Amino acid sequence: MGPQSISTILVSRLLQGILVVFVVISVVFLVSRLARNPVEYLTTDETTEEEKELLKEQLGLTGPIGIQYVNFLVDAVQLDLGNSFISARPALSEVGSRASKTLQLGASALIFSLVLGVPLGIIAALYRATPTDWVARFLAVLGQAIPNFWLGLILIFFFAVQLDLMPTGGSGGVEHLVLPTITLGLLASAISMRLTRSGMIDVMGTDFVRTARAKGLRESTIIWRHALRHALLPVATILGIQVGYMIAGTVIVEQVFAWPGIGRLMLHTILVGDFPVMIAGILVISTSIVVANILVDLSYPIIDPRIRSGAR
Amino acid sequence: MAARAAAAAPASLLRGVRLGGSWQRALLLAPAVIILLAFLTAGIFADLLSAYDPEQIVLQERLILPAFQDGGNIAHPLGTDNLGRDILARVMYGARVSLLVVVTCIPASALIGTLCGLLAGWRLGWWDRFLMRIVDVQLALPAILFALLISVVFGASLLNVILIIIIFSWSGYARLVRADVLSLREQEFVVAARASGASDRRILFRHVLPNIVNTIVIMATLDVPSVILIEAALSFLNIGVAPGTPSWGAMISEGRNFMTIAWWPIWMPGIAILLVSLTGNLFGDWLRDRLDPRLRNVR
Repeated sequence: MGPQSISTILVSRLLQGILVVFVVISVVFLVSRLARNPVEYLTTDETTEEEKELLKEQLGLTGPIGIQYVNFLVDAVQLDLGNSFISARPALSEVGSRASKTLQLGASALIFSLVLGVPLGIIAALYRATPTDWVARFLAVLGQAIPNFWLGLILIFFFAVQLDLMPTGGSGGVEHLVLPTITLGLLASAISMRLTRSGMIDVMGTDFVRTARAKGLRESTIIWRHALRHALLPVATILGIQVGYMIAGTVIVEQVFAWPGIGRLMLHTILVGDFPVMIAGILVISTSIVVANILVDLSYPIIDPRIRSGAR
Repeated sequence: MAARAAAAAPASLLRGVRLGGSWQRALLLAPAVIILLAFLTAGIFADLLSAYDPEQIVLQERLILPAFQDGGNIAHPLGTDNLGRDILARVMYGARVSLLVVVTCIPASALIGTLCGLLAGWRLGWWDRFLMRIVDVQLALPAILFALLISVVFGASLLNVILIIIIFSWSGYARLVRADVLSLREQEFVVAARASGASDRRILFRHVLPNIVNTIVIMATLDVPSVILIEAALSFLNIGVAPGTPSWGAMISEGRNFMTIAWWPIWMPGIAILLVSLTGNLFGDWLRDRLDPRLRNVR
């Protein structure tokens, strides 16, 4: 696999990604137009029919759905997703102004999950079949089983209400990030821990680790320089999926902690029928999932030298 | 994948399911089995076991403590919620909602996913590309937001929750089955069956599928907790079951507002979700170790 084919793969992955995002947006657009007339959300009982019609026309909600769809696509290609029905600001900037908050939370949860999961996985593998391993594995199963919205409430109850160590919600300083990060990152850390553990156990039994031992390398060198790299391959593979889970998770976690990110915005916009902002949000979210997956694919050669040299 | 080659003969589903004779394992599995049985019993017989109507509001009896605390009342073992509804009854009826979601969503998504995976992995070419792109679309579509949209457009109902969960979980099976078919189709016993003129249908269902069934069963078991968690999450966001229906997620959502003055309305359903989901995960892991020879040496 030469550099030529890597760029070919990249181009084809990008094209696939664009197609995927296109289909996602189309599905969401068409489903949203089946909804109750969004004008109903925006008007009161006293609004006259003429005013409603006028509003509909202003919002581009008149005419056959096919034409609306084509107009929508033509605008969308130019990155114009229309204006918010509520604030009349461009939908994309409405989403963009919330994006950094979600990115903060997502990045901090991803880092938390790796910082907690990977070392725990290594320790569990090295102390395999000892009480340390059992405890670590039980914690991982617990982390997978605990519903995140409930965990969030329990954390608020203990750390914010009872002990008064943390704020109950909202955003601000670093202290506002602690509880949402744990809530969002725990599932991912459990998955990373299990993958690291089984990867580590696999690699410690291979020939090259035996060779490294026979050469007289120190155990710490073997673990950190040679084994870990292999053990982390499955962890990296699943990062793309983890990002998807986290984005889904942010909708719930942001709601629990009143975190002003995209997830909370989306819940609100869908409930009030602000469809341009909703579509802009889903465009941003699905694009990030697609990009995350492409980045993970591209990172394989860096992590795994066997792919770089073409031995596979 | 090499280990799979050795299992050329159709593997029997239950081969290798033994308790292992180890008392430690039995010790771990006994509580799991008890929880599972309690969940099934509560879900199936909720109306016979429960002394109360889970939706009956008795304002004079609101926020009664659980019986094991001072001030509790034995008539309401797990206490009552902010509207005086019996929490034990609601937890049991909630089990019924979860159980209903499990028994409808998992077989349906396993069936759809398996058929698509077989088709993609066997036919390859256009079918494969088409089906895998659909899987990609589904993975890039944020499930909760789509669920929210559906509930706004078509209304919140259990049926919609079930349909959404199916839409979002069949693809896992499809990818798994496809990967297995890809490796199996080159195996000698499949090539031989093809050379001897067996029809596609016969090869797939008599030779290929029996070798994949274990994987599907493991995946389905591990799916039980995740399906329960999704339903609970959707109901927590008030986009799951219709308002008033006793669902664990909805109970937590309602109890949330009274969290600081009453802990039990959110703890009881939360513990129910946690126990069932923990059990499902442990059981699925155990089954995987037993049934999947590829993973057996990892332990």
